[in-house]
Amino acid sequence: MKTNPFEKIGETFIYASNRAGQLAFMIKSTVIWFFKAPVEYGEIVKQSVRLGVNSVGVVMLTGLFTGMVLALQTGYTSISLFNEPLYIGTVVGFSIVKELGPVLTAMVVAGRAGAAVTAEIGTMKVTEQIDALYTLGTNPSRYLLIPRYFAFFITLPILTIIADFLGVLGGFAVAMIKLRIPSTVYWDNIFIYMDISNFMHGFLKTFFFAFIIATVSCYKGLKTEGGAEGVGKATTESVVGSMLLVLVFDYFISAFFIVIGLI
Amino acid sequence: MIKTESLRKSFSGKTVLDGIDVEISDGEIFGVMGLSGSGKSTFIKCLVRLVNPDGGRIIVDGRDILKVEGGVEMARFRRKFGYLFQEGALFDSLNVLENVCFGLRYLTDISPGEYARVAREKLELVGLKGVENMRISELSGGMKKRVALARAIAAEPKYMLYDEPTTGLDPSLTKKICRLIKEMQDRLGITSIIVTHKVEVAFSLSDRIAILMNGKFKVLGTPEEIRNSTSPIVKEFTDRSECF
Repeated sequence: MKTNPFEKIGETFIYASNRAGQLAFMIKSTVIWFFKAPVEYGEIVKQSVRLGVNSVGVVMLTGLFTGMVLALQTGYTSISLFNEPLYIGTVVGFSIVKELGPVLTAMVVAGRAGAAVTAEIGTMKVTEQIDALYTLGTNPSRYLLIPRYFAFFITLPILTIIADFLGVLGGFAVAMIKLRIPSTVYWDNIFIYMDISNFMHGFLKTFFFAFIIATVSCYKGLKTEGGAEGVGKATTESVVGSMLLVLVFDYFISAFFIVIGLI
Repeated sequence: MIKTESLRKSFSGKTVLDGIDVEISDGEIFGVMGLSGSGKSTFIKCLVRLVNPDGGRIIVDGRDILKVEGGVEMARFRRKFGYLFQEGALFDSLNVLENVCFGLRYLTDISPGEYARVAREKLELVGLKGVENMRISELSGGMKKRVALARAIAAEPKYMLYDEPTTGLDPSLTKKICRLIKEMQDRLGITSIIVTHKVEVAFSLSDRIAILMNGKFKVLGTPEEIRNSTSPIVKEFTDRSECF
């Protein structure tokens, strides 16, 4: 049977609109419950600890080795071009604090914590635990979503600071040991050329990333269907979706910050 | 009292409920029988709007619940109902006591200090003692059902909905659960709707039984009337039922 291409386009458009509508309803319900019912502080603490503990080890390693490899590559490129390693601290500092720290941390959190959130909510969905929440007088938005949104908003900025710190420290270690740069030169390169707005540029992005990861992982969990296979599929889609959206929005958020002077 | 008028529901073009009209009196145990996939669970899910019907009316204590707007208002309305899910739907992340206490927090005005005492009482009512701190994964199928039952009745609902309360249980546990439901009915006097495909469960518990077929209650009567019925629908259903 031949399919009309316009029918296909229409179907895709309807499907995408439907998804966007469901997503908007989920966010609306979360906001309404946030204002209309007491916040579950215990759950927020529990989720924040889980999310943080889940991701902190990988974030530390990612930050440290990213900073190290950045210093190594910059150093040897600089040596081959100018016969000496120049501005290693500046390159490492700017790259880590403005881009690599926030983005790579968001990737790790999407892969570890985001996947865990989707798998947990998805399993609850297919075993009727979500329905049970309704019959026990609460709502998934109140009991599951709000605490997880808060947990992402709390942990992602903290993890990013840890990644930034270790990245710069990793770069420092390579600069000192491998490239034989005096420590004062490395730190001067950072503190002379960088200021708080550079840090804020990267730090503020983490709240947008937290929103993206929380929204995608919760939405995918709530829309899980089809037993264990469905949970696996939803988890994969959640991780891929979160990572792609983080990368795409990273560009637009950065461009916006540059426009408003937060360079 | 629960009353439905022309209740309809379809999934992807397939009609599951095709105009259900029924009136369930206070204190009654109403059994809904039907083959697997006939829409029994959908019927009781519609009553608490876990599934939104396509049309018709559901009147509970004089109020049409399809006109209840907003999640917060609906959550308040659901306080009247207890729901026993087919697989229990216990929260894996919580232990037994926390599961039973869960509803007390949202459905009642009991002070938090009293939750544990009330939850223990309900666990004793379903014949469970000393399991409060066990994880859900450590429980057997029958224990899970009983914990789920304790959780469902903890807030002392006016209406109790049972979705296949004995599925997956051996005959001895089935008898035990049936006895529990009957005892609780006598003690708490709640109105119950029991969805089951097991004929002996429906017959032993219900005041009235309806057989759901092709989206409609094809037969409705007391267990005695149904037992003596010569209707081909009753015959078809009971013949196909493995337990009759």
